[in-house]
Amino acid sequence: MSTVKHVTDATFKEEVLASDKPVLVDFWADWCGPCKQMAPVLDKLADEYGDKIEIVKLNTDQNPETPRNYNVMSLPTMNVYKGGEVVKQLIGAKPKRVLEKELADFL
Amino acid sequence: MSDVRNVIIIGSGPAGYTAAVYAARAELRPLVFEGSITAGGALMNTTDVENFPGFPDGIMGPDLMDHMRKQAERFGAELVPEDVTSVDLAKPVKEVVAGGETFLAHTIILSTGSGYRELGVPGEKELSGRGTSWCATCDGFFFRDQDIAVAGGGDTAMEEALFLTRFARSVTVIHRRDELRASRIMAERAHANDKISFLWNSEVTAVLGEERVTGLSILNNKTGESSTLDVTGLFVAIGHDPRVELFDKQIELDDEGYVKVDFPSTRTSLEGVFAAGDVVDHQYRQAITAAGTGCAASLDAERYLAERGN
Repeated sequence: MSTVKHVTDATFKEEVLASDKPVLVDFWADWCGPCKQMAPVLDKLADEYGDKIEIVKLNTDQNPETPRNYNVMSLPTMNVYKGGEVVKQLIGAKPKRVLEKELADFL
Repeated sequence: MSDVRNVIIIGSGPAGYTAAVYAARAELRPLVFEGSITAGGALMNTTDVENFPGFPDGIMGPDLMDHMRKQAERFGAELVPEDVTSVDLAKPVKEVVAGGETFLAHTIILSTGSGYRELGVPGEKELSGRGTSWCATCDGFFFRDQDIAVAGGGDTAMEEALFLTRFARSVTVIHRRDELRASRIMAERAHANDKISFLWNSEVTAVLGEERVTGLSILNNKTGESSTLDVTGLFVAIGHDPRVELFDKQIELDDEGYVKVDFPSTRTSLEGVFAAGDVVDHQYRQAITAAGTGCAASLDAERYLAERGN
């Protein structure tokens, strides 16, 4: 079972921007109810599609710099990065099926 | 296809989980579709719940739901974090499709709750997540030392406004009437807070901004005057709509679009189908009333099964 890795402001460049694979970053915080609801959905996505897309989490409470740089103003926000650029942004908790549809280009 | 179950519960707020606790204790082995991301219901987006009896110091909304969930599970309720995609409720044996699988049951309890209502003004959707929000507890953090606004005049709006004062420099409550609909205790708290000010008889007519919210167009519905309010965030708390889209063609709804029940029972227009919580109730809308009707729905379902000899 693949686990969803945590990234930080310090590791963001290396783990996300420099990644060969597309990376979905889940911007979350532990006081955000919908973020908690997304966690099992993202775990499942990571299990099923981990070979095609990297799924990581960034705690916005502990890492304020990255969300500020990317204008994140709502949780959960999920950005997909490819070649160091944001290629897709999803805002708000979404069911797995909706997420799969939105991410079809990467799966 | 699977065996015919006694009861399937669709939805998992206080109504759904309480129904599950009762049905499980009655050994009906309920199957609960919690929803994939809506599990726990509206309380998942709240902070302190101060008025649920039994918690003298209050309890966090998500914790309360977690307790109810565990209580249902303890007695053997089967909880599935899936979204129901279609239902057929009219037949004696009801069909519920979730995750591509069809499930059968003699009785159904509908407890799908309600969803946030949108203002329906230009810019609202476009700037959603870029300054427009429906969840103060999720997004308030990003508005530290900024001027923001809350649309609405009920308890939810006051709760959001009060919560947001932890972060924001100022919070303007925009309400279309000249007095609040909120309970007295919430209204008093809001009035007493120095950071909160009120724009009465006012409606948001547009959310302004390109990349992110920079302001709001406001119409005073008494004077007809238009103005602009410079804020970087708008939290919308103007009420809820029942989540009925799954079954609104099959079941009778009331004039306001909520599921019609044969009050004080939870019977709907279809035999073997019961409804509880915010999908029925547009009057009280409390965690405790939802839990109460969830209990009633489970007892009604149990009696219905007994009468039919299931």
